Amino acid sequence: MPLLRIYGLAHAFGPTKALAGASLEIRSGEIVALMGANGAGKSTLVNVLAGTLAADQGTMTLAGRPYAPCSPAEATDAGVVTVHQSTERVGAPGLSVADALLLHAYADGSAPFFLSRSAVRRRAAEMLQNAGFELPLDRDFADLTAADRQLVAIARALSRRASLLILDEPTASISGRESERLYTILRRLRDEGLAILFISHRIADLNALADRAVVMRGGTVVGEFGRPIDFDRAVETMIGRPLRAARPNARSFHGAPVLEMAGVQLVAGSTPFDLALHAGEVVAVTGVLGAGKSRLLQAIFGTRTPAAGTMRLDGKAYRPTTPATAIEAGIFMAGEDRHRSSLMPSDWPGSTLAPTVSLPHLAKWYPLGFLLGAREKQEAQRAIDTLGIKASGPEAPMTSLSGGNQQKVILGRWNAEPSRVLLLDEPFQGVDVGARHDIITAIRANTKRATLIATSDPEEALEVADRILIIDHHTLTPAPQAERSAEAIEA
Amino acid sequence: MTTLNTESQNPMGERVSAAIRASAVFILLIVMVAGFALAQPAYINVTNLMSILQAVSVVAILGAGVTVTLAVGGFDLSIGAVAASSVMAASYAMIVWGLGVYETVPLVLLFGALVGLVNAFLIVRLRVPDLLATLAMMFLLTGLQLIPTAGRSISAGLILPDGSTAKGAYDPAFLLIGRSSFFGIVPAPVVIMTLVAFILFVLTERTRLGRLLFATGGNELATRLAGASVPRLKTLAYVLSGTLASLGGIIVAARVGRGDVSSGASLLMDSVAAALIGFAVLGLRRPNVFGTIVGAVFVGLLLNGLTMLNAPYYTQDFVKGAVLVGALALTYGLGRSQAR
Repeated sequence: MPLLRIYGLAHAFGPTKALAGASLEIRSGEIVALMGANGAGKSTLVNVLAGTLAADQGTMTLAGRPYAPCSPAEATDAGVVTVHQSTERVGAPGLSVADALLLHAYADGSAPFFLSRSAVRRRAAEMLQNAGFELPLDRDFADLTAADRQLVAIARALSRRASLLILDEPTASISGRESERLYTILRRLRDEGLAILFISHRIADLNALADRAVVMRGGTVVGEFGRPIDFDRAVETMIGRPLRAARPNARSFHGAPVLEMAGVQLVAGSTPFDLALHAGEVVAVTGVLGAGKSRLLQAIFGTRTPAAGTMRLDGKAYRPTTPATAIEAGIFMAGEDRHRSSLMPSDWPGSTLAPTVSLPHLAKWYPLGFLLGAREKQEAQRAIDTLGIKASGPEAPMTSLSGGNQQKVILGRWNAEPSRVLLLDEPFQGVDVGARHDIITAIRANTKRATLIATSDPEEALEVADRILIIDHHTLTPAPQAERSAEAIEA
Repeated sequence: MTTLNTESQNPMGERVSAAIRASAVFILLIVMVAGFALAQPAYINVTNLMSILQAVSVVAILGAGVTVTLAVGGFDLSIGAVAASSVMAASYAMIVWGLGVYETVPLVLLFGALVGLVNAFLIVRLRVPDLLATLAMMFLLTGLQLIPTAGRSISAGLILPDGSTAKGAYDPAFLLIGRSSFFGIVPAPVVIMTLVAFILFVLTERTRLGRLLFATGGNELATRLAGASVPRLKTLAYVLSGTLASLGGIIVAARVGRGDVSSGASLLMDSVAAALIGFAVLGLRRPNVFGTIVGAVFVGLLLNGLTMLNAPYYTQDFVKGAVLVGALALTYGLGRSQAR
């Protein structure tokens, strides 16, 4: 008998049917991957399971009993624990890791009112022993890596006798090595009888973990793939059209470079490196978290001064001090995590599509200072047309767009004016395969500028780049040309 | 299909609640004015309405300044103290230094701008949280205004701390700022308020600068990465707010005709309340100059009407508080319950 049985689940947000009769079964001791493009209904399904949304229709049974949680607490009590993507909220700065582990026990009153530090430590250590992994109990929660924060959440889930663990993009913000550790832990938990449902866009995750992949599209489950999982077929099912050969033919570039970096040390004491980018070239930089991908981009964009070295732009000395000087010189950057680095909060002025595109170009488009005329709407419409953005128009709130379309708008922003170098930091975060394909095509279509992309996913680097560089300890090395495969890069 | 039902109901409900939110303050305004006019016909005549507008003009001008600092994600608590010390500064300039209107006004506006600059320095450069920086500035100014006159109010014939008598007097031209009327109907402060409101509305809602001010408050990092100078934008906001506060002080001084130590006590609270009530106007849920002005006028109309109906003076603060609580409940409560 399956642990969880979902039948005909439906939920609508206004006119949008986020779930339209989704049915699914999950057995104990099984890892199920939930795949789907943005807007396919994955998040809604997870929210219904986690008790944050109520289904309009449909039935769910958990271990044979009807299951319809009205709140996350009810879901947890029934044994369904969800670990959300933003793990910052698992604890709080100022709490020790041990406190963060016991937070739920403090909240539901199962911990005694008076607790000594040693008692807290002992209980937390017990939890970790049961979970089977190590964490630094006395460290401040704020100092933990994203991967460790996730483990805190998982340990807490296990201590509450979870029978189904739901993970939302568990490896989205952690490095390859940390992912491996997570895989090992999750596989062991599965072997101990836990059912695990995880959302991921990463082929590496699916390969390493999934016993079964369930593909959603348009609010229903459209396909199921058992082991060995045929990923190309799964992805085609997911985007609803055949996948064109995504891997581009790497082009080679000669002649005068657009941007030259010489003897650059990103941090004091790191090995100096050189880098040259040519017009039309797409270069990807990949490496583990904290290796210096973002730092490299920030050095070029002027938000972080490198410890040493020189840069030349079109042969002239280039020494940016602020984003403004970089943009003035023709160097554009779309930062990591679009919500943090590019978008306005909803309901705030400038939170719709057109102002999102125009933000860096206001001075150029409105030299008199008054926002008169339709320039930004025209430019936004152009972005919508050229990038195939699915939106109701230039006035559409950014929050009404799916992740992939939001990212297209950000790309449209920096495509709206000519540039010499475009820097993209993790441009495929939370972007489904279909949109990723469109974005890659658009990036590669521009032959006038050089594009430098930082990504922690080697697959993405292979898909988008003419040339791949590896960054480690803040210094660059070219990827082995002979075996340009994901494995070679990850090793 | 049963889902069809929920589909068509939801957007309808949302649209209706959005429409209610957008017009709620205006509906209340109309109902309120109609009610007062029925109970007391003198309420609706032009002279009374103008006196209401005159009464709220200073609060509205200060509120516009608060709105700009709210737009950049800050908060200026020093405006009340800036206005009060501007009253003292204007009086001191004329009575002790014997300056005329053309020297006094620029001097006092400069003083306000300077306070804004210091606020900005504390907040932008030294990274003091805005509430704390402007709160400290409030204390500082409240004390500072007492020092030159050793705690005395300033009026003609003031005896200075060194024992001599001040020889200057209020410039009659200065008093016109607070006491004259255009066409015998529209008081000068109302004209100034209208001008300020118009200029700030255009600045915040229709210019590139306004877009960037709001962008700073919405997402500072995104604004910086888009090439804007966030420190400069924040500085501008606090300088604007300080200057507007001193303009409010000038109007108060010109109306009262003397430098009262205790003037401007309730200005901070009233203007902050106006800016917050403004969140509810048009259902915008964000600072906006138009809403702030409407908020100030709303409170003025209400207080005047209650006074005409012989409501005791001491109930005023309670009424203001009730309006603010209601407006905020309207802004954040209504229509949000469906969202989650």
